[in-house]
Amino acid sequence: MDKVLSVEALSKRYGKGCQHCFALTGPAFDTNICPECGSVVAAHEVSFDLHQGEILGIMGESGSGKSTAVKCLYFDQIPTGGRAVFNDQGESFSLFELNAAQQRRLASRCFGMVYQNPHLGLNFDISAGGNIAERLLMARVDNYADIRRRATSLLERTEVMSERMDELPRNFSGGMQQRVQIAKALAINPPLLLLDEVTTGLDLSVQAAILDLILEIQQQSRTSMIVVTHDLGVIRLLADRTLVMKHGRVVETGLTDQILEDPQHAYTQRLVASAL
Amino acid sequence: MISDSPILRVRDYTKHFELYEQGKRIPSAQSVDLDVFVGRLTALTGATGAGKSTVLKGIYRTYLPTAGRLLYRDRHGREIDLACADEHRVLALRRTEIGFVTQFLRCLPRQATENVVAQPLIQRGVDWHDALDKARELLTAMDLPERLWGISPATFSGGEKQRVNLARGLIAKPRLLLLDEPTASLDPATAERVIELLTTLKREGVGMLAVFHQPYLVERLAEHLVELPSPSWNERPLEEIA
Repeated sequence: MDKVLSVEALSKRYGKGCQHCFALTGPAFDTNICPECGSVVAAHEVSFDLHQGEILGIMGESGSGKSTAVKCLYFDQIPTGGRAVFNDQGESFSLFELNAAQQRRLASRCFGMVYQNPHLGLNFDISAGGNIAERLLMARVDNYADIRRRATSLLERTEVMSERMDELPRNFSGGMQQRVQIAKALAINPPLLLLDEVTTGLDLSVQAAILDLILEIQQQSRTSMIVVTHDLGVIRLLADRTLVMKHGRVVETGLTDQILEDPQHAYTQRLVASAL
Repeated sequence: MISDSPILRVRDYTKHFELYEQGKRIPSAQSVDLDVFVGRLTALTGATGAGKSTVLKGIYRTYLPTAGRLLYRDRHGREIDLACADEHRVLALRRTEIGFVTQFLRCLPRQATENVVAQPLIQRGVDWHDALDKARELLTAMDLPERLWGISPATFSGGEKQRVNLARGLIAKPRLLLLDEPTASLDPATAERVIELLTTLKREGVGMLAVFHQPYLVERLAEHLVELPSPSWNERPLEEIA
């Protein structure tokens, strides 16, 4: 299998930083705030690979750094250190060495992102179809009929009634907003899809429908995905492999069934034991 | 000659669980040695707590071994130590060569039974229609009523779930099949069908490692027997860990 993404020692620190930041934070100190200078070590030396068609889970509680990791990959945040190499059709891109214009171009051509908060992923001032059109235009699809046809089929695929395509997302329910967001993220058939707590805060039945949709996409399109969640059930359902994070560090990584049935780290054991 | 060399050699496999919250070490399997051959079945026997399931889960890498080697010879003749093989390698082997049927059905929720059974073939890239045909063939062989094929197995009885589980486990004809009490909740007639199916698969070259509850299954299906010693640590208090 081909390696789609390779992340090495990704780090992100908020604040001025000092020489003690990394030595005095992490699971062993039970904090990600440096006691010397007050900087927040959101992620430190996070490394992983993602293969073609694979779903990688990143699991951890709030503040563990799981969202920071994917936001750096989507260029929403600038990492303090580390390397990430993305491979697509024989081309290699060293993500953090690209300039802003190159990053925008790559993200609009190759990456899909779905946020927990639909406000971050959707423009609420334009229609659902308009949101998808915006994404297609960025990827240089500019024929009106093509855009219209593609938007209709995407909304059908994500089970949003295409009659409501011209309505504003603000009139939709939370679950439906999330599906429009997924349709928008899928618009360009991205080889890499990043999903950040996409089912958090939704009704259980809506969660189920969205998780089924994600699995269906993975099976039909062999899209590689990173799924960030604090929910063990989501991990169990979606991820082949899982990374467990705490206080900005990866504490454990393994096959998902191994992480859930034979967790090696004290924190993961506690997390698995607390599952309902 | 090749068929006489094992496809799996387990050497000195040991598994302890270290529970940090409780500060205890739980021993489970101790220094297990066994071989599995092409077209033959090795039965694991031993008292409850001897570590039979632990051995199977160790080979499937659901458990990480504490010590020992789990040497699997793949279809290209390469030997891989499952104890430390790369995660992607293990996933690929699960998809193409190593199957596991337990007494419990674990599958994606909200999926029709025939899709659940066809899944291993679809994952291998078999055409959807062909996979579904094969799934129906196996569900028929397992005597699962046709009216149930289109609904999710979530509400099925224990015996029905187990038939689904077996059909899914056998559909892709893995080279190495791990079986953990696969007939535990089946009626005698269905158990007989399972025995026939396993015998056919053995004839086709599938190597098997199995834990059976009933001695007659061991007698009828096993070529090799490995008895795990009764756990002597049961009398001792659990070891403390830091």
